[in-house]
Amino acid sequence: MWDYSEKVIEHYRNPRNVGKIDDADCVGQAGSLACGDSLKIYLKIKNGIVTDAKFQTFGCGSAVASSSILTEMIIGRPLDEVKKITNKDIADRLEGLPPEKMHCSVMGHEALEDALRNYEGYVDLDEIVNADKAPKLICTCFNITENQILDAVKHNGLKSVEEVTNFTKAGGACGKCKGQIQDILNAYYKKGEERCELSAAQKVLKINSIIDTQISPELRKDGGDITLVDVDGDRVFVKLRGNCSGCKNSTLTLKTFVETTLRDTVCKDIAVIEVA
Amino acid sequence: MDKLIYFDNNATTKAAPEVVEAMMPYFSDEYANPSSMYSFAKKAALAVKEARGQIKDFLNAASENEIFFTSSGSESANMAIRGVLNSNRNKRHIITSKVEHPCVLNLYQQLEKEGYKVDLIGVNAKGELDLAELKEKISFDTAIVSIMYANNETGVIFPVKEISEIIKSKNPETKFFADAVQAAGKIPVDVQSSGVDLLSVSGHKFHAPKGIGVLYVNPRTLITPLVIGGHQERGKRAGTENVPYIAGIGKAAQLAVDNLKYEAEEVKRLRDKLEANILKNTFNSRLNTGITNRVPNTTNIGFEYIEGELILLHLSDLGICASSGSACTSGSLEPSHVLRAMNVPFTSIHGSIRFSLSKYNTEKEVDYVIDKMPGIIEKLTGISPYQDELEALRKLKGN
Repeated sequence: MWDYSEKVIEHYRNPRNVGKIDDADCVGQAGSLACGDSLKIYLKIKNGIVTDAKFQTFGCGSAVASSSILTEMIIGRPLDEVKKITNKDIADRLEGLPPEKMHCSVMGHEALEDALRNYEGYVDLDEIVNADKAPKLICTCFNITENQILDAVKHNGLKSVEEVTNFTKAGGACGKCKGQIQDILNAYYKKGEERCELSAAQKVLKINSIIDTQISPELRKDGGDITLVDVDGDRVFVKLRGNCSGCKNSTLTLKTFVETTLRDTVCKDIAVIEVA
Repeated sequence: MDKLIYFDNNATTKAAPEVVEAMMPYFSDEYANPSSMYSFAKKAALAVKEARGQIKDFLNAASENEIFFTSSGSESANMAIRGVLNSNRNKRHIITSKVEHPCVLNLYQQLEKEGYKVDLIGVNAKGELDLAELKEKISFDTAIVSIMYANNETGVIFPVKEISEIIKSKNPETKFFADAVQAAGKIPVDVQSSGVDLLSVSGHKFHAPKGIGVLYVNPRTLITPLVIGGHQERGKRAGTENVPYIAGIGKAAQLAVDNLKYEAEEVKRLRDKLEANILKNTFNSRLNTGITNRVPNTTNIGFEYIEGELILLHLSDLGICASSGSACTSGSLEPSHVLRAMNVPFTSIHGSIRFSLSKYNTEKEVDYVIDKMPGIIEKLTGISPYQDELEALRKLKGN
């Protein structure tokens, strides 16, 4: 038995705004019958405000609850607010979903995005920027593209393949795409580290600034301090002072604190070396 | 109705009050280790001996020495399959069906990684095993064939005697293991006339508690133990005997033998009534197995264009317990492997509901579910995005 929140239970028992709007201004769709859940959302839009919304869902309790609450979240709201809604917002309004059911909130969000895309006059800047990139299909069992996976990773801070499966279903059937999902995750989180492409001077400045603002204040709390001596490629030479110098834990401080901080903020290949 | 209506007896059953009563003395009164050498241990030892006799009668084994107590059906299956393979390392080919319980299927997957060649036998749309395919696959190298006695999701009974004859005619050295977890207590299980070499049952599927199982092994079949340690179960399964639970499964077996006629007549009548009325009163339902040889308590019905978990949640709100083969309830993201192997259409596979009855269910309960089902289906089809398809079905059923 899933541990559904009271809110989820209330919404699958008594879903709001069920049905079809015959003269809808736009209709959005997500999922498929074969995959086990699908959703249609109908919107009426007037003067940039969603005046009515209805849904039809084939899916489990949390899929119906996600659709139902989504209609409540958008009716009466201006389009620019509606555009900002993420799957996380849907899950939060439902007072949370079990991890394995997060894909239901993602499906709700996808149907909404689809509807807005189909709405005349609505311009999606992201769409134009990425227009030249054809979506790359990753999970062939559930028809999940690279962009869908990246969206879920970005909005929910997903770190593992298992989490991606819970949120998007990708990799949940035959599992053959799990390697590709891992690659997507690696590539996404590596992006943050590509700041290594700094020029030598930029790198020195950045290291110096991190030491001044983040590292040194912490060491001073313990009565020590640190000075930057030199930077050679990825090797950073520092001098520990005060209580830190000669402290038997200084190697630990260097490796776990100074080096980690610099790796996280400047470049993952940095090695910190203490000079006397 | 405020009462719980439990129609999920293939998942687990209520422990019979007689069974619980039979177990009680062995917790705090007759708690001795049956292996001990004082007279205080005599009653515990006798309880184990008596239960072994009751299981022997239940399965019509030739001797009590062919009965081994384990912790579960899953342990019995693992002990049977690994036990046979480890005692015969020359043969490297193993066969099972596509619709087995995960305790066999996942073990086979593991064995494949360990270098065994695996063949999975398919079923037809009614869930019946492809015997021709089985015959073709058995070779000189086949160590073991694992085929279930009856399927847990559909209730379809496999022709165990015929399977055993096919196996032995192709290769007399190939061992046949039958997972009888879903058959025992529902239909007569006879290890001698069916010709199996090994057979497993699980107590909690026939009103004993969870945590106790049995493996039958005939004297011509050698197995190595999985659990190594003491001398218990004649060295085949170490660990101090679980005396109260063994007494419990023995009692449950005895009750089950007496109840077989009731299962075949009354439980079947209630199942048939439930099934016929649900199929009649809901326009988008189909019997997933069609008419075939099934255990008397099980029916598996698909509701097109609506999803199973949502049906279960609405049933649960009315106190009705059933289960579904939908992706959302299977623990994976794919619907039931059994229904997929049967090629159940994707319009109804996600909306498949299994009802499984027991001797404790009443006609009143069946009538209540029959009464409530159409309303639930009506409500949920109203939410479905497939209104045109549903309308077409409604017309079809109307004609």
